[in-house]
Amino acid sequence: MKAHYGYRDGSGAYFIIIDTDKCDGCGKCVEACPQGVLEIVPNDYDIEGGMMAAVKEEHRWKLKYTCGPCKPVGKQVTPPCIAACPKGAIEHSW
Amino acid sequence: MSEERKEFWRWPEYRWVNPDIDWTKGKVITAGVDVGSVSSKAAILVDGELYAYDYMRTGASSKDSAIKAMTWLLEAIEPKMKLEDIHYIVGTGYGRVNVPFAKRAITEIACHARGANFLWGPTVRTILDVGGQDVKAIRCDEKGKVISFLMNDKCAAGTGRGMEVFADLLGVPIQDIGHLSLQVKEEPPPVSNTCVVFARNEASALLRQGWPKEQVAAAYHLAMAMRMVELLERLGVEKDLVVTGGQSKNIGIVKRVARLLNIEPLPNPTKPGYDPVAAGAIGAALFAKALYEREKGVK
Repeated sequence: MKAHYGYRDGSGAYFIIIDTDKCDGCGKCVEACPQGVLEIVPNDYDIEGGMMAAVKEEHRWKLKYTCGPCKPVGKQVTPPCIAACPKGAIEHSW
Repeated sequence: MSEERKEFWRWPEYRWVNPDIDWTKGKVITAGVDVGSVSSKAAILVDGELYAYDYMRTGASSKDSAIKAMTWLLEAIEPKMKLEDIHYIVGTGYGRVNVPFAKRAITEIACHARGANFLWGPTVRTILDVGGQDVKAIRCDEKGKVISFLMNDKCAAGTGRGMEVFADLLGVPIQDIGHLSLQVKEEPPPVSNTCVVFARNEASALLRQGWPKEQVAAAYHLAMAMRMVELLERLGVEKDLVVTGGQSKNIGIVKRVARLLNIEPLPNPTKPGYDPVAAGAIGAALFAKALYEREKGVK
């Protein structure tokens, strides 16, 4: 399941996309994120349960700003959350 | 002297009980409580069949709203059903963690997909849920399991609350605003669709310029539909498409979404009680049934 967390406003679309079929809830992204955007929550989409990474509710409407420090203008760098994920389960839309 | 002032945004609260089912004969009774930002819904299933549901306005406390929605529904049931008669209750929606009698909380996205699968059947692949304060696009498989979802958490544009604001501005009952918006010969250009406050501001200016009500309503409906379609297109739309949440009853929105996407959503189910507003609560009650049966070890 691909979960899109974030929003679109006048300036663009800011979504963090987490593939819960790949994510096993290991929590490496949570440690890697300097802004504390991510958390590990129960996986409600699978009746078998398990854990998965998600964007914290209070960050879902301000990702453009909270993720800003990891996205320097004019440079292509892989944000720490994406780099930390051993399963390649995290994507950014911008 | 007495006087009643009509408030146009106020939608009526509603409850329904299936007269053909005797719940006392049921083996598994489960319920779902969906505490949304604007309305709270409760639904009760008897052996997996829809037995009763209601929707009410959400108050300041999610806990009290959950209790109110459940109590009002139980009051309508004859012979008397008590909270203890329900085997398993799942809470969902914005206030799901505050439903006091729920054994488990499940996100409303999973519940909406499950509920839509129940209401319209296994052909549903894309769900547009227009809630009180957010719009969600959900893709699911034939079992009602979520494949992907996208939610706009930022603002009220394109939501039920925004429509309430416009009903108030135009002085039209909220139930009629969709019909009104369709009474234009030619679709006007849309108002701003990033913010309800800006949209309302623009609309006030248009009214001052002498635009008729229906034209302003059309401009707002179009703006909202465009916003919903953007969300849907980001996720990708696959047939069949359905609309859930309060705005599923707004023909002005549904028609415009259909036109912009070039996909006709499935019409709302005609079976009594199969209300798209209650999709989340019904989905939660279905999860409750599955969880109860797992707990008891029955297949």
